[in-house]
Amino acid sequence: MPTPANPRPGLLAKVGVPLLERLATPHSPDRYLEMINPTWSLREVRGVVTSVHRSAPESITLQVQPNSNWRGFQAGQHVVFTLIIAGVRRSRCYSVTSSEHHRDGLLEFTVRKGPDGLVSGFLHSDLAPGTVVHITQAQGDFVLPSPRPAQVLLVSGGSGITPVMSMLRTLCDEGYTGRVTFLHYTRRAEDVPYDDELTRLAAEHDNVQLLRVCTQEDNDRDGITGRFSADQLEQHVPGWRQATSYVCGSARLVEDVRALWAEHDLEHLLKAEQFDPPAAIVPTDGEITGTVSFSKSGKSADNTGRPLLEQAEALGLTPEYGCRMGICFSCTRRKTAGNVQHLHTGEVTTESEADIQLCVTVPVGGDVTVDL
Amino acid sequence: MDALRKRIVEDLGEADANYLRNVVDKQRKLELLGRGLLAVGIFPPAFVAGVGALALSKIIDNMEIGHNVMHGQYDWMRDEALNSLVFEWDTVCPSENWKHSHNYMHHTYTNIVGKDRDVGYGILRMSEAQKWNLYYLGNPLYAVALATFFQWGVMLHDMEVEKLVTGEKRWADTSEVRKKIVRKSMKQVGKDYVLFPLLSGPFAPITLAGNASANLIRNLWTFSIIFCGHFPDGVATFTEEEAEQESRGQWYLRQLLGSANITGSPLFHVLTGNLSHQIEHHLFPDIPARRYAEMSATVKDACERYGLPYNTGGLSAQLGSVAKKIIKLALPWTGRGDDKTPTAAATPQAA
Repeated sequence: MPTPANPRPGLLAKVGVPLLERLATPHSPDRYLEMINPTWSLREVRGVVTSVHRSAPESITLQVQPNSNWRGFQAGQHVVFTLIIAGVRRSRCYSVTSSEHHRDGLLEFTVRKGPDGLVSGFLHSDLAPGTVVHITQAQGDFVLPSPRPAQVLLVSGGSGITPVMSMLRTLCDEGYTGRVTFLHYTRRAEDVPYDDELTRLAAEHDNVQLLRVCTQEDNDRDGITGRFSADQLEQHVPGWRQATSYVCGSARLVEDVRALWAEHDLEHLLKAEQFDPPAAIVPTDGEITGTVSFSKSGKSADNTGRPLLEQAEALGLTPEYGCRMGICFSCTRRKTAGNVQHLHTGEVTTESEADIQLCVTVPVGGDVTVDL
Repeated sequence: MDALRKRIVEDLGEADANYLRNVVDKQRKLELLGRGLLAVGIFPPAFVAGVGALALSKIIDNMEIGHNVMHGQYDWMRDEALNSLVFEWDTVCPSENWKHSHNYMHHTYTNIVGKDRDVGYGILRMSEAQKWNLYYLGNPLYAVALATFFQWGVMLHDMEVEKLVTGEKRWADTSEVRKKIVRKSMKQVGKDYVLFPLLSGPFAPITLAGNASANLIRNLWTFSIIFCGHFPDGVATFTEEEAEQESRGQWYLRQLLGSANITGSPLFHVLTGNLSHQIEHHLFPDIPARRYAEMSATVKDACERYGLPYNTGGLSAQLGSVAKKIIKLALPWTGRGDDKTPTAAATPQAA
């Protein structure tokens, strides 16, 4: 008899959970459960960092043991990863790098240190095993199809290696017999995280072709040099047109790859994931630029430099508000993109997901999107 | 005032976040302790200690955590559990209704008779500017009733019952507010008066009595603190005309003249949610309340320099002053002529 995919929720879940919620109201039972164990939660995925190590000079690799709320992932997906830094909860998107078939269920992440990355900087210098982190369920459709295609081409640049590393590990673990090409670009050879593991996987699996390319030093250890180009691909991966392909990396690499696939009408065989460039902090004094967009209503207009509440109202929107002077927080909404400045404090918020007070916040330095 | 605000905002950080998380931790421990003790409340010492712990838990939850978190004081921590958009407190009043009547109406139109419905809560006569009528003879009685059932009073506040009586508002207009009230109060009643008593088995009546006592103590305490915030003698009320077209400076001045502080120990301040620094709270409602004590030095100094009143006193003195006012204003011959309170006429140079 086949076993059901999801075991029926037991008595505990059916009676115990609602009862706990009734008893803990108005708070979440998690607020009390975490007193016993900080990773305990009824619904949230929380995990504990089990190991931290340097996988390349600028990269750190950490492993997280998620709690039982984790519903698993497909190779190539990412999570929103949240931890407390100096009292404030900070969130970033990171791809899972481990194999879908990792035996002990550990999730691995590799994070490259950004130039002034608040979170990546913290992970590099202060993260210790035992730290409790919150993660979302896995997200994204940058995944391998099932059943697996006959040929796979994985192209990555820099820290774009993370989702395709998970794909390679997953394919190797499940005894995939089709051809896999792993084409990875970095500035220098020493920047490649998982370098030893890649060498080993290529040696152990005849169907894995490993091409590590250094763009800023004269190093042709895998017999290939220079930036991504059609000729280069033709020469080293002659069967690329038949492969199901994935590209993850900088905007430039992704655009180049997309253009080539489009030229050959092969877009249906390509999936791309691009890294957001780090938010530029350019609140140029007095200069009013960019577009203000309200994503839920689909309305947008040129930035007038007025508080976002007024700009929304000028477009005919009627968001809730109260004091209109920054004290009552009735008009707090989620900003999903762009930089804004608080009129009273002068504080500039650059993070893509942040709750802001519309009545005392103005857009600065470019386009802004508000979930309204 | 803006400079003081900027200085503190720039200094906010880990210490403030750790402080709040620590208060939450103490509160939830007190709550569990209280619930545990009341389950065995058949032993009188356990009952007394249980009521005490649960009352303290509810007071801290409502004041230092709930009131302040819902003001957005800790939104910068980006913690969903401690964010003004989602936080719910341990009272029958739904946070959303409260944020409307308190954060918006009361904090924007502080002490403007006719606009700030916290002046008397639509039930009491708390200012000479409110016209006397026969109903107000019962002023002291209504005050005692409000103190006893304060959480229910706060819950009904956003219904604007007095406007329903005068016909300014229709019953149908309150459906949104009512729905939230019913949902929230059912949950609170279910927890305190049904589920926890049932969990105590044969001792259910004792647990029920304990929970009711803890709620009553919290009600009396929060009523006292809140009434000391705006109603002691010497606190000004304003007319709508006085507050029209006011500048930011004048707004600061109205907050200052319309509020009163209570002196006390650090623990006392925590139990009042730092509303003992009502003046600083009204000047800076969205700054973490634990900072009010340090900010008060600058505010007091500014008051001295500009010859402005800074209304403060011990809890019993301020409460006595409020009680006297409640009784006095029950009487018909107390009217505008008796007004000794300063008005907003002073020029707001300080801000």
